[in-house]
Amino acid sequence: MLQEESDLSLVIAQIVQKLKGSSLYAQLERQAWASLQRPEIKLESLKEDIKEYFKISGWEKKLQNAVYSELSVFPSPSHPAAPPEHLKEPLVYMRKAQGSWEKRILKSLNSMCTELSIPLARKRPVGEQKELLNKWNEMGTDEPDLSLFRPVYAPKDFLEKEFFVELGLTTGQLGIDDSTQVPPELFENEHVRIGQKVLAEQDSAAAQQYIRQGSPTALRAELWALILNISSQPEDILYYEQLKTNVIQHDLLVDSLIYKDVKLTASNDDYYFVFEDYLYQVLLCFSRDTSVLGHFAYNSASPPKSYIRGKLGLEEYAVFYPPNGVIPFHGFSMYVAPLCFLYHEPSKLYQIFREMYVRFFFRLHSISSHPSGIVSLCLLFETLLQTYLPQLFYHLREIGAQPLRISFKWMVRAFSGYLATDQLLLLWDRILGYNSLEILAVLAAAVFAFRAVNLMEVTSLAAAEAVLADLSTLKVMPLLQIFLFATVT
Amino acid sequence: MLPVSPGGGLPRLRPLRGVCGAGVRVEARTSGGFLWDGGSWLWKFQSSAKLISSRIMAGKVKWVTDIEKSVLINNFEKRGWVQVTENEDWNFYWMSVQTIRNVFSVETGYRLSDDQIVNHFPNHYELTRKDLMVKNIKRYRKELEKEGSPLAEKDENGKYLYLDFVPVTYMLPADYNLFVEEFRKSPSSTWIMKPCGKAQGKGIFLINKLSQIKKWSRDSKTSSFVSQSTKEAYVISLYINNPLLIGGRKFDLRLYVLVSTYRPLRCYMYKLGFCRFCTVKYTPSTSELDNMFVHLTNVAIQKHGEDYNHIHGGKWTVNNLRLYLESTRGKEVTSKLFDEIHWIIVQSLKAVAPVMNNDKHCFECYGYDIIIDDKLKPWLIEVNASPSLTSSTANDRILKYNLINDTLNIAVPNGEIPDCKWNKSPPKEVLGNYEILYDEELAQGDGADRELRSRPGQSLGPKGGRSRDSGRTVLTTWK
Repeated sequence: MLQEESDLSLVIAQIVQKLKGSSLYAQLERQAWASLQRPEIKLESLKEDIKEYFKISGWEKKLQNAVYSELSVFPSPSHPAAPPEHLKEPLVYMRKAQGSWEKRILKSLNSMCTELSIPLARKRPVGEQKELLNKWNEMGTDEPDLSLFRPVYAPKDFLEKEFFVELGLTTGQLGIDDSTQVPPELFENEHVRIGQKVLAEQDSAAAQQYIRQGSPTALRAELWALILNISSQPEDILYYEQLKTNVIQHDLLVDSLIYKDVKLTASNDDYYFVFEDYLYQVLLCFSRDTSVLGHFAYNSASPPKSYIRGKLGLEEYAVFYPPNGVIPFHGFSMYVAPLCFLYHEPSKLYQIFREMYVRFFFRLHSISSHPSGIVSLCLLFETLLQTYLPQLFYHLREIGAQPLRISFKWMVRAFSGYLATDQLLLLWDRILGYNSLEILAVLAAAVFAFRAVNLMEVTSLAAAEAVLADLSTLKVMPLLQIFLFATVT
Repeated sequence: MLPVSPGGGLPRLRPLRGVCGAGVRVEARTSGGFLWDGGSWLWKFQSSAKLISSRIMAGKVKWVTDIEKSVLINNFEKRGWVQVTENEDWNFYWMSVQTIRNVFSVETGYRLSDDQIVNHFPNHYELTRKDLMVKNIKRYRKELEKEGSPLAEKDENGKYLYLDFVPVTYMLPADYNLFVEEFRKSPSSTWIMKPCGKAQGKGIFLINKLSQIKKWSRDSKTSSFVSQSTKEAYVISLYINNPLLIGGRKFDLRLYVLVSTYRPLRCYMYKLGFCRFCTVKYTPSTSELDNMFVHLTNVAIQKHGEDYNHIHGGKWTVNNLRLYLESTRGKEVTSKLFDEIHWIIVQSLKAVAPVMNNDKHCFECYGYDIIIDDKLKPWLIEVNASPSLTSSTANDRILKYNLINDTLNIAVPNGEIPDCKWNKSPPKEVLGNYEILYDEELAQGDGADRELRSRPGQSLGPKGGRSRDSGRTVLTTWK
């Protein structure tokens, strides 16, 4: 009991420490001072009165939401003597795997750099800055010569690491604590009403609980913002503008990778081509956002380091490259694209994406033992398939069409670009609701189950790929329901 | 039971397709060959091929088309219809607008028989020519105003509350002086000049200075065109310079509407309309007035832009638009927008109904072009009698194929030889992707028979307190 208490107080202390540095703290302080003017605040019962005031005015709720937000990425309790790497990733072999993966990416990036003699970063001349500023809203019309650039890696490169999947990690748990339900027609109105109530209350935890049953289209943008604890404060907008200035002033090699990625993926997509220009605005700023470095505390990955020219190896001249520590890969822009359907204001879009990235998406391309990490998802997928569709599983392996080869790319992209947008958003509702990516593995297995009859008849990998090439007509929730509840006896 | 040989080389008939259709018996003959045309066995032999074959073909719809597009031809063939020339007996003729003019013209005019159907109304141009459409709508509004209908209500600025859906338009050169007066009221506005008789964005240009249209002035000495023949006529409309932008791009809506009869009015809306995006970022800046890639959304124009993409063709489905608007603007305003769009289509049809030659041999599938401004108000730009059947992408081809398929199912029931005297009331099951937009008979009948498409939530149109005489659309819950 004592241990639990001291654990809890440690957690509380850490969160308080974290929040003290945030703008919310400053705001609360200001509010507290301002409230002294109010008639109901009396000197004798100062503490209680202020607390009461915070409750009524909604500030307590904001604090609650902030704490909840911190908790959602809080690492699980560990031994007090554990070194920091341990917090990032408790398993040694995982750390090793991530380490060698990172080395490989860096090598690829550096060699591209030397081959093309392009600096990793350079300051833009003033003329160029002006030009970029002018066409900030229409970067899609730019046609830089990207032929020599290659994406640093693509999901398929990552897949070669999948042999780790066999090592005994977390066994497949269905991972979904409560039952998911598709809102039926009769349910819808009531559900919408509750949704509006949740929004009025501005309660993150309630919103997260609510969204497990899916979000009505009209409320989704606000609900996600509430769950991710994003509110567009003036300082957030200023921060975004600052990032934009950084983009204008300096050119980074990774920018070309971003351009290439957008041109190859989102620009050709039936749903997302419209938002091409927004994608540049978000991703270019994202690479320069050093606040993203914070997530490496709980990410098994580490940001690549680079050195000022001529000072290789000298730690004082080390910088993270790119500034946010995240090297974009082929398909990266598809994490942002669906969000454009919800937010049309660039700085808000940016904030939401950033938060989604540091909470969820980073796990899809770093090697870790976390249950939402891509490695665990692969294992979960294979276990599900093997358990519930053994015949299909073995048939596919026999013909050389290992199921994971097909489903891997779906999971790494969180199905973006594979599902119709409205279905994708319903899926991402559940990711937010359960604060976990496991549903991606479940959906992948459900898709195989759905097309099992056709898959049983194929005799090659190519044919299997063809059967599973087009997911755009799938309805996510019925598929998940059938898989989860019709197969359990 | 395979055909012996294609002998005789008859064009457009394919040997070997599918299973034999309903009850056509043939006797075996020694010389000649069997041919399968996708719907029946045909016995052909050299000497009296035509006579014999038409006896056996009895029961098959004979079609002609001026428009050689695969989406049409594939649809005819899949029904087992037989292609003939216009000089023969035909049942179904997919005409171009030139042909319809000849068919119904006073000089050549021929009488269509009961088993002949065509795809245009004789005077469709009352709706599909830009100047006549505006004229008819203006006339319709005045009439409603005269009879004191609540539909014709105006606001304090004199603008129609419910019937202001066409941008201010004038005919040139006829209304030149009226136009100048209007132009001077807001000299910084932009206007769009469109030739009355052309399509696909041809001949359109934008102006913001009177000098740019000097030659249309009636008393201009330098006027290079003298006659006011309809060929040279232009309309000039106030350009909507605050269009709703998505991703910073301008787009318009293309919706398909099928009219089977004007009196009583019965029309259907195709559920799968689409948005056409400009490839270049929209800017109202005057320097870009000449850049048609910025301003005109016609695919015929956009296709030649550098950035045109052949995978998606710059098109979005209407469902995507709906999802985007609901997510970013809310459900009520989105529902209201779509209600208004249905409303303006129905009103435009009602406006021309009295002057339309409601020939019972006719049906027509229109392409409606609509622009939405940034206040989420829809504007009717124009109506096309011959919406393009060319496909710019694979998705496009599928859409147009299905469009024609559903259209034929409604216009030519059961794919059998038509009888133009039928009541033009197809059963619900054949509608496919169409839904009833407005059925005047139903609307004026008892409420019990009405098909109301149920809508969650309230539709907050500005159409409160409508009187029953105006007839109600079955597509929305306007009260």
